[in-house]
Amino acid sequence: MGVHNQRKEYGRMLVEMGKKNPDIVVLEADLGKSTMSCMFEEAFPDRYFEMGIAEQNMTSFAGGLALSGKVPFTNTFAVFASGRAYDQIRQSIATAKLNVKIVGSSCGMSDFGDGATHQSIDDAAIMSAIPNMTVFTPCDGVEVRRAVEAAAQLEGPCYIRLCRNDLEDIFPDDAPYKIGEPIVLREGTDVTVFTHGIMAHEALKAASEAEKEGISVSVVHIPTIKPLNEDAVRALAAGKKGVVVCEECSIRGGLNMLISFALRGSAIPMESVAVMDVFGQSASSHEELLEYYELDAKSIYKKIKRAAGKQES
Amino acid sequence: MLNQEKKQELEVRAREIRKDIVTMIGVGKAGHLGGSCSLADIVTVLYFYKMRHNPEEPEWKRRDRFLLSKGHAAIVQYAALMECGYFDKKTHIHTLKKLGSRLQGHPDMRKLPGIEANTGSLGQGVSLAAGLAAGLKLDGLDSKVYVAVGDGELAEGQLWEAFMAASNFKLDNLRVIIDRNGLQATGKTAERFQIASIEDKMSSFGFEVMTINGHDLEQIADAFDKADEIKERPVCIIADTIKGKGIPFAEGVAAFHNGTLTQEQYEEALQALGCVSRTEA
Repeated sequence: MGVHNQRKEYGRMLVEMGKKNPDIVVLEADLGKSTMSCMFEEAFPDRYFEMGIAEQNMTSFAGGLALSGKVPFTNTFAVFASGRAYDQIRQSIATAKLNVKIVGSSCGMSDFGDGATHQSIDDAAIMSAIPNMTVFTPCDGVEVRRAVEAAAQLEGPCYIRLCRNDLEDIFPDDAPYKIGEPIVLREGTDVTVFTHGIMAHEALKAASEAEKEGISVSVVHIPTIKPLNEDAVRALAAGKKGVVVCEECSIRGGLNMLISFALRGSAIPMESVAVMDVFGQSASSHEELLEYYELDAKSIYKKIKRAAGKQES
Repeated sequence: MLNQEKKQELEVRAREIRKDIVTMIGVGKAGHLGGSCSLADIVTVLYFYKMRHNPEEPEWKRRDRFLLSKGHAAIVQYAALMECGYFDKKTHIHTLKKLGSRLQGHPDMRKLPGIEANTGSLGQGVSLAAGLAAGLKLDGLDSKVYVAVGDGELAEGQLWEAFMAASNFKLDNLRVIIDRNGLQATGKTAERFQIASIEDKMSSFGFEVMTINGHDLEQIADAFDKADEIKERPVCIIADTIKGKGIPFAEGVAAFHNGTLTQEQYEEALQALGCVSRTEA
């Protein structure tokens, strides 16, 4: 166990996959030193396309490379990947199921200093809404490697959502990894917390706190919010006093909606930790934003208590 | 270079393609007649003279590719593909835009053999074509990629991103065809945006530029042949065309961008294309 950066692990894995598969090509929109696609450029300059600050062209161009049999990975910040190039993803790529891997870097509020224009709170919802799309939401650096490998092997379009930060490893090395299958990070009997992306870190901290208060908490990480095994979600929620769904995304269209849909018809109480239909803003750290928007461990802990039927103190 | 015999063959082919276009649209249903007919001669030269392709093997790796950035002109490509034998004309010609049909309103590569990409959201086809051209080059293939763009479509900013990228990557296997018919859905292109000289623009974006009469089969063939001699830069062929060409009442009429034919117009169109009666279509 150690600390890894999702972007660096991504860059390293891209090079590793590039060695195995000569058809892998990488496109970048002038952010290579941030997205870490620059590692691939160094290893395979002939298979690296620096497209300039032109995300729309980059995305359709990647579709064209896929038409020629290549396996393109496009790179930019998550907010531009999903927003600026939405129509290109939908029309050029997804309708034809082209084999393009769209990588959204600096997702959520992890680009804390740049403010609302650079923070992606809606990318997961946007990408999940597109038919034929698979959406990877890894929680740490270790899992990024598994996700990139799975994405490269998958035939069809996908989106990989990456955080900017150094993160402690939480992904168990021996965890079975399968697209669509929830992963239990911690077992508990009272409340199940569902998370995706970096929120697993906050949820695990909150679960430890809750344990001290006598509340036994399961933490379940969702490695791909699309597809999502709904039967598994129902089984992991069954018999619990309540569930909490945590994400560094808008309450609208993300995991909260997917879990509540999966649990439709059940009487189980559900609490939400999410960005409540507002944009972010600049701050001096990511942690500061998580606290301000009530996405941190403390906020999750409160929701766990409520889900467990305990009064707030 | 076209000899007389080939030219005559292409004239017949172009007429058949226009008949197919009219037949697919039929009576009382909206169809993109104007922009399909303006491209008909160019498409004829591509499929029956210029492109290396094999209807028996649509996925053949070494084939040349034709993409419609102006995806709404799908029916001209459907007509060419059915005339080439990519799919059975009799089975499909009357199914355009019907539920479950392989002939979608805009090209769908997953539904029809011979379609190279999904297009229809305007402005994206050149990016797709350029990426495809780049990929073919990486594999050392000498296939050419042809992509047709409408002049009204030039208002889409992504095209200019794609033009810059195509010349940056020296895609000399890419040919951008601009179908300059001067009209778009609601009127004259010149009244919608100010573009000044397309020739100067494309030239300054790094393209080798040729201007031709897009209904002169010899000029079209010559331009495509000349394009093969250009190295290290992409080629742009600006084709001056007439929207609705070949259908007298639709020529130069914006309303037939996606117009509807009455029974009389339908018969008149087919007669103009040399059919003596409807049954011949």
